[in-house]
Amino acid sequence: MRLPFIITKYNPELEHAAHQETYRLAVSRGMTVLDALIRIKNELDGRVTFRYSCRSAICGSCAMTINGSEKLACRTSIRKEWERHGKIDIAPLRHLPILKDLAVDMAGFWSKTRAVTPWLGGDSSSDHGLPVMPDAYQFHNVDACIMCGACVAACTSHEADQGFLGPAALAKAYRFIADPRESRAAKTARLAVLERPTGIWDCTRCNFCVQVCPKDVQPMEAIIRLRRAAIEAGFTQTGGARHVLGFKQLVARFGRLNEAIMPLKVVGLHLTRLAQIMPLGIRMLLKGKVPNPLHPPIQGVEHVRRILTRPTRGGPV
Amino acid sequence: MKYALYPGCAAKGATPELFQSTMAIIGRLGIEVTELTASSCCGAGVVGEADPEGALALSARTFAQAEGLGLDIMTICGTCQGVMGGANRRLKSDPALLARVNRLLAPEGLVYSGMVQVKHLLWIVVREVGMERLKDEVQITLGDLHIAPFYGCYILRPSWDVGFDDPEHPTSMETLIRAVGAEPVEYAGKVKCCGFPIILEKENIALTMNGTNLKEAKDAGADMMVTPCPLCHMSLDIYQERAGRTVNARLELPVLHLPQMLGLAMGVPPEQLGMQRHLVSVEPVIEAVEARKTMKKAGRP
Ligand code: SF4
Ligand code: SF4
Ligand code: FES
Repeated sequence: MRLPFIITKYNPELEHAAHQETYRLAVSRGMTVLDALIRIKNELDGRVTFRYSCRSAICGSCAMTINGSEKLACRTSIRKEWERHGKIDIAPLRHLPILKDLAVDMAGFWSKTRAVTPWLGGDSSSDHGLPVMPDAYQFHNVDACIMCGACVAACTSHEADQGFLGPAALAKAYRFIADPRESRAAKTARLAVLERPTGIWDCTRCNFCVQVCPKDVQPMEAIIRLRRAAIEAGFTQTGGARHVLGFKQLVARFGRLNEAIMPLKVVGLHLTRLAQIMPLGIRMLLKGKVPNPLHPPIQGVEHVRRILTRPTRGGPV
Repeated sequence: MKYALYPGCAAKGATPELFQSTMAIIGRLGIEVTELTASSCCGAGVVGEADPEGALALSARTFAQAEGLGLDIMTICGTCQGVMGGANRRLKSDPALLARVNRLLAPEGLVYSGMVQVKHLLWIVVREVGMERLKDEVQITLGDLHIAPFYGCYILRPSWDVGFDDPEHPTSMETLIRAVGAEPVEYAGKVKCCGFPIILEKENIALTMNGTNLKEAKDAGADMMVTPCPLCHMSLDIYQERAGRTVNARLELPVLHLPQMLGLAMGVPPEQLGMQRHLVSVEPVIEAVEARKTMKKAGRP
């Protein structure tokens, strides 16, 4: 069967904007998108540029946008894509600078990875023989990351603000928070950096990174564990931490969330921010959208409260 | 078709029009409900950030209440659906976890045995009510309107927890938009995030996300937007003006809850759907519906 492949091409040195080109190729059973790209390059247009190496979902270099979603070209079946979307549309990863065609500049990705100090912290001179490595399972699979960048390209928070450290780097940071060989002091120093703007609290929990990751790293779950670790280490003054703690308190008190009080819990006594949210609050009130702050709790609230205020074992993860 | 209705916090708080419009339409579609009045918040993924097992217990408590009634659960919030659907899958697939969580429910005399299913109103209408029945109930086709679906995150991802629509190519909302005779608007933002989870603490990022999606829908020709998630609704409606300023656009795009759109097509008066409770004016939509009514009376299609 001959199929059309729509490929986004762009040479920033010669062109002002990207354009699409369609190549027709006879495909055979079991072919991947990467197989097709290699054949297009060899047989139809030697200038088409893309990255690959291992051809088997190990090196992480062939991530691209296939039919609108981030995928590894070497692991994506042409037949399945055709059945699912009725087309094969191939574009570079989003929100990363394009070097040429499907090859993006990963420099920013790597510098964010470096920014989370991806090595064990603390004083290693006193280490007389490292403790035995923990069960790898303890890392909740973040160590399976192949640094392909798919999650970052799909991240909705990164789309809005490219300063965000992003899912891959934060998942990497979690790997060290979960490592028992790193001292408590070093972990606390790590969390102090991660709780800053562009860090763990910028994630909007959209689940895109979880959905697109080819290695089931679940970066968002790692970010949630980092948030919990930060709160447990006493970093409770960011808007994000106040949100989590305030939310839990309100549910423990009323059984349901009371949106009339929630903004105050997050903003606290920050007067300029209060002044910013008040006008909206008043408009909501006029439309009957502000729940009565004195609304009685749900039936059985004492049981909800007991669940949420029970003593827990604690610990960073 | 009978369900235990899980209202969630938003429909009982800042978006009462969602509860009102749900109750106004389900009877006509043959859906009977018993409201779970003693149910708590599902945790919205926020409680779980501090206390994962406590959050699971909140969901399990609701499941146990529904199990006591012998009913499956109907949700009306995309976020509740995602959180509770995920919790249910975990509890059903991990007996040790289920036992631990049941110990937390024991003092209330509740136990969850893993028999309940959790389904969003959207899915119940598409799969169980069916398009035949829905089309029988449609009295005014919303034929002049171009409607942009906004799915929200948790009703789509992660797909292995949710398991209804294809997250890369969802169709359930479009199916309903076509069933009421309107034209679904295609735009990339329909599966993206409304920014609500961080709107209080990272307003700029959230409003950029929100405004970009709204603007994209508007540029693609949308007359209105419809969403199955009240948290998305708060973001898209309550914060729309600010979002517009963030992306330098005058948006003025009415945003309806899913049952409000269905209700209008079924001829339910707008007040009974809580349409007067929106911050962004829904007048253009109501006018379009009124115009169709007049046309129909005059015997035109
Ligand atoms: S869940 Fe968070 S990190 Fe993952 S894609 Fe969404 S915003 Fe980005
Ligand atoms: S977390 Fe997954 S998607 Fe992100 S870089 Fe690592 S392997 Fe790729
Ligand atoms: S070529 Fe190595 S991951 Fe695809």
